[in-house]
Amino acid sequence: MTFENRDIISIRDLSKNEILHVLKTAKKIERKPNPNLLKGEVMASLFFEPSTRTRLSFESAMRRLGGEVIGFAEPGTTSLKKGETLWDTIKMAERYADVIVMRHPVEGAARLAAEAAGVPIINGGDGANQHPTQTLLDLYTIQKAKGKIERLKIGFLGDLKYGRTVHSLAIALSHFNTALYFISPEALKMPDSYLEELDSKGIQYYEETDLLKVSKKLDILYATRIQKERFPDPLEYKKYAGVYKLNRSILPHIKPSLKIMHPLPRVDEIHPELDDTKHALYFEQAGNGVPVRQALLSLVLGRVK
Amino acid sequence: MNKKMLKISAINEGTVIDHISTINTFKVAEFLNLKEGEDVVTVGMNFESKKLGKKGVIKIGGRFLTKNEVNKIALIAPEANINIIKDYGVKEKFKVEIPDVIKGIIKCANTNCITNKESVRTKFYVLCKDPLKLRCHYCERVVGKEEIGLV
Repeated sequence: MTFENRDIISIRDLSKNEILHVLKTAKKIERKPNPNLLKGEVMASLFFEPSTRTRLSFESAMRRLGGEVIGFAEPGTTSLKKGETLWDTIKMAERYADVIVMRHPVEGAARLAAEAAGVPIINGGDGANQHPTQTLLDLYTIQKAKGKIERLKIGFLGDLKYGRTVHSLAIALSHFNTALYFISPEALKMPDSYLEELDSKGIQYYEETDLLKVSKKLDILYATRIQKERFPDPLEYKKYAGVYKLNRSILPHIKPSLKIMHPLPRVDEIHPELDDTKHALYFEQAGNGVPVRQALLSLVLGRVK
Repeated sequence: MNKKMLKISAINEGTVIDHISTINTFKVAEFLNLKEGEDVVTVGMNFESKKLGKKGVIKIGGRFLTKNEVNKIALIAPEANINIIKDYGVKEKFKVEIPDVIKGIIKCANTNCITNKESVRTKFYVLCKDPLKLRCHYCERVVGKEEIGLV
């Protein structure tokens, strides 16, 4: 298995062993940070769409390992405004950097960029499609909190139709022996194509609209935001916004060891009154973005094997 | 009468697409853009067929289909047979087959796919041939036959 010069575009590109290798590398880096590991390397951070966590954690990851960062945080400041194609932008950026991290609002943009570039491309999210580094940090968070990924009961809550983090994580978890519980309003169910993919791998999953019917069984509850921007009709959004609000009233209905995750930002899915309970894992999850992204950068740049 | 019928239906050399299900016959004719060319074309429908019940047949005089065209026919009418005619005889006969990877033939149904935004040759992986299911190499959207648009 080699990661050197590889693109990280989709979680589907990674085998189970490769996923575990990334997690193992992240653990090593987190335990024994080497501030000079990426000295002399330059990361281009091309954010064609705004992002807070992904961009900041990638930049933090690079800088904490001694690397340099160039780039832009929104396309308004670039020649894209003048009509430059993605292909040309990447052809330019690959000459200035050793690795490119990008987020783009159009699905498939990262795959195309990987075809244009000679340096590794890491996908920081392409529209509603993939966000593989989020998936890897989610897996890392689960593994760190529970000591394992296998044999866990993992619930997904909220917008399962449009939520790309849910789609990618479910596909990644299909490598492991887990049971998945998809809890959503009828209209925001997990798309059939993903369920069929899980079927083809023999993964055990359940669909439910009522959280309380399954909450007691769960080891992990992965909550998501109902994304306003995905609804063409604001009335339709209003119907579903706030359907699942987690607050202290959930406590009698969950295992003492349940951990609640959320890719953030949250709106009102998780009340801040849960933040100081032992169940809250979401801020730690966001923090785990740094070691996981450090691992990926070090691997694709060939600084660790 | 017999002689006249023969003149219409037989071709010296060219391609006969046989065993097209009746509903797909015009779709195939349309996609091959037969009305634009100068080839002698016969499109027939509702012939009796043991396999299909009713079938369509398209005969194109003087034209041999490219691999790309055959692949496209496979997507529209996977049941079809292709006969290559030379000297009024069948020189080659084969069933169309959907390839495992389809390049450049299909448009992605996802309007927010990069292939619909920039000049990119599309590429799809065939997940299932019957019913047809494809995954876009770029946006990873899975599409069925009813959503497929040809380039």
